[in-house]
Amino acid sequence: MSEPIVKISGLNKWYGEFHVLRDIDLAVQKGERIVICGPSGSGKSTLIRCINALEEFQEGEIVVDGIELGPNLKHIDAVRREVGMVFQSFNLFPHLTVLDNCTLAPIWVRNIPKKDAEETAMKFLERVKIPHQANKFPGQMSGGQQQRVAIARALTMNPKVMLFDEPTSALDPEMVKEVLDTMVDLAEEGMTMLVVTHEMGFAREVANRVVFMDAGQIIEANTPNEFFAAPQHARTKLFLSQILR
Amino acid sequence: MSDVISSSFVRRDLLAERPAPVKTTGFIGLMRTRLFNSPTNILLTILGALLLWFTIVPSVKFLMVDAVWSGKDRAACLAENAGFAVGACWPYIQAKFPQLIYGFYPEAERWRVNLTLLLAAILLLPLLIPRLPAKGLNAGLFFVAFPVVAFFLLHGGGIKGFGLSWTAGLLQLFDESIVGAGQALLTSSKTSAIGPLLWVLGSLIALLGTVIHWLIFPLTWLRDYIQGTGQSVWTDFAVTAAIVCLITFVLGGGVRTGGRALASSIATFIAIAIVIKLMDLDHGGLPVVTTNLWGGLLVTLVVSVTGIVTSLPIGIALALGRRSTIPLIRIFSIAFIEFWRGVPLITVLFFATYMLPLFLPGNFTVDGLVRALIGIALFTGAYQAENVRGGLAAIPRGQSEAAAALGLSWWKTTSLIVLPQALRHVIPNLVNSFISLFKDTSLVSIVALFDLLGSLRASFADPKWSTPSTAFTGFAFAGIIYFMFCFGMSRYSLFVEHRLNAHRRN
Ligand SMILES: Nc1ncnc2c1ncn2[C@@H]1O[C@H](COP(=O)(O)OP(=O)(O)OP(=O)(O)O)[C@@H](O)[C@H]1O
Ligand SMILES: [Mg+2]
Repeated sequence: MSEPIVKISGLNKWYGEFHVLRDIDLAVQKGERIVICGPSGSGKSTLIRCINALEEFQEGEIVVDGIELGPNLKHIDAVRREVGMVFQSFNLFPHLTVLDNCTLAPIWVRNIPKKDAEETAMKFLERVKIPHQANKFPGQMSGGQQQRVAIARALTMNPKVMLFDEPTSALDPEMVKEVLDTMVDLAEEGMTMLVVTHEMGFAREVANRVVFMDAGQIIEANTPNEFFAAPQHARTKLFLSQILR
Repeated sequence: MSDVISSSFVRRDLLAERPAPVKTTGFIGLMRTRLFNSPTNILLTILGALLLWFTIVPSVKFLMVDAVWSGKDRAACLAENAGFAVGACWPYIQAKFPQLIYGFYPEAERWRVNLTLLLAAILLLPLLIPRLPAKGLNAGLFFVAFPVVAFFLLHGGGIKGFGLSWTAGLLQLFDESIVGAGQALLTSSKTSAIGPLLWVLGSLIALLGTVIHWLIFPLTWLRDYIQGTGQSVWTDFAVTAAIVCLITFVLGGGVRTGGRALASSIATFIAIAIVIKLMDLDHGGLPVVTTNLWGGLLVTLVVSVTGIVTSLPIGIALALGRRSTIPLIRIFSIAFIEFWRGVPLITVLFFATYMLPLFLPGNFTVDGLVRALIGIALFTGAYQAENVRGGLAAIPRGQSEAAAALGLSWWKTTSLIVLPQALRHVIPNLVNSFISLFKDTSLVSIVALFDLLGSLRASFADPKWSTPSTAFTGFAFAGIIYFMFCFGMSRYSLFVEHRLNAHRRN
């Protein structure tokens, strides 16, 4: 087995007195798709936000593509350049057009000339199937379109790993599919993905591994087939029985 | 048509368009739907009409109908000479107009004020019209070059050196104050209980001062050498230009990409040279007009424009500081804001004018107008800080998280994502503060600066024009001028708000 692209070992995090992540160990291989699920408040968001240093942590170590992110959060910038993130609430920049949203980081972080950045951005907007709306403002688009722009925006930085934090849970049902389709496309191109989601259909179709978390710990991790067909832990069974009615 | 309600319906003939039964358009429509459509509205309409009647009619009567339009002195504006109850006495404004605009600025030099105002208008108008190009250059000219040129135009005087001399001078001042502090510590160590400690500290500081002295020695030596040559300004200019161009060239990326930076810095220096030559700054420049001669609208504009332009950056810095995670910066910002918000502007001006000189070292004087300017800038800055903070608080945390996740640094996140949105939210509040600053400039008259209102009140004392309506006329005139500026700002801010918030309309 080659060196994992994301390696989390002995990760512990507290919010004040509250122990929100407990001894998390997780290794993600290049090209692997991992779905993280679990009840609300189990620490899923906190975990993936630690990977690109949006949250600090007190113990343990995260290594992304050979760059080490310790509790003192050195190398934040280097890690963030390798990791793209898509949020539940899109977080597009409302005062910039779709195109400017997608060129901002390449221009200001990677110092790419504006023209080249715009070309790349259009390429990614085409991939998420919204090239015609490049000059609209985010507020003029539907939720599904906004989320696809958010995906394109993250991709313009050529990340090696993509993090998704419940990308579809703020969307109306008919828009969920268009975003999931985009993510499936991305998976088929071989992107390494860590996805927090409750879309079990997506997990079955795309994931290499499903990780179940509860109370800040990883309770069970398995291939989707095994995970859904034969959950081992009592909490997993309970969770699945509630979610797959 | 049958009476039976059937569940299926198909329209056979399309209905023709008909005019509305009661008139809802035009003036009649307006009266019917907006002014007289309910008892409350009828009452309000009548009250409104009465209010207009009792304000507009007397004003028009005073300002136009009963006004005297020409005359040489007070005689023209007296009721017994005019033959009617005199309203506004416009010849008085005409006679005092120069004083109201320029104060005591010498008559022969007033073209300099006009030129400055013209320059300001030429640079400001294109800046305010969004469609016009080259905003960066335009802003640079208005915010950096114009203040310098305006200073030499309005105040006059020339320069004896350039960048090199100034840098050397500043460093020398800094060094001297360090040595001074060391010496002071050494003296007090003789009498103090913790003498040895103070002695060590004093010697260390004095040593530091000496080291700095030798470090900057090449610079001061070069300065003195240049001052010795006949052409000190131009030699200094050439040396400074060469050094700065070299630095921008290297910082711009050297041979590969530094060409642009080099070209623009050379262009800048050529422009500076032209200005120096045109204004004869190397030979003493224009005759000096000290600020105590400035007055009228000139002072009002100088104070308010400087206040507006400097208070916003101060406010932004303080607002960001107040939200900083670094305790020292946060505490400083909070203390600063609360202090300035807690004292009245009059106190600030009074303190800046009469008390500050007592605290500053003897040989260090600051011009009275500049002191008032600094006081007003800091005072308004504190208010702007709170306005900006309101805007910052309205930006969801997700925005800066998204920017951070893309790899943007704190500075870039703040300047590209957070501030642009925050400032858009608070344009009305910012302009509100600008408007109140504009009117508050009239308070500088209590510290012996004659702004528009101060000059006006000074002119009341002239017996040649003392008539019953002089004061009313003067205040009406000042009111009209203040209103024009404030109303202009207000309308412009609405325009900007509308334009910048395009993204919030669907
Ligand atoms: N800033 C914070 N301060 C204190 N506690 C927090 C903070 N953020 C989250 N928590 C707590 O940490 C726990 C884990 O939160 P997290 O957002 O990671 O849960 P989650 O698994 O993503 O839940 P959800 O499915 O609702 O998004 C929750 O109990 C939450 O209340
Ligand atoms: Mg969550």
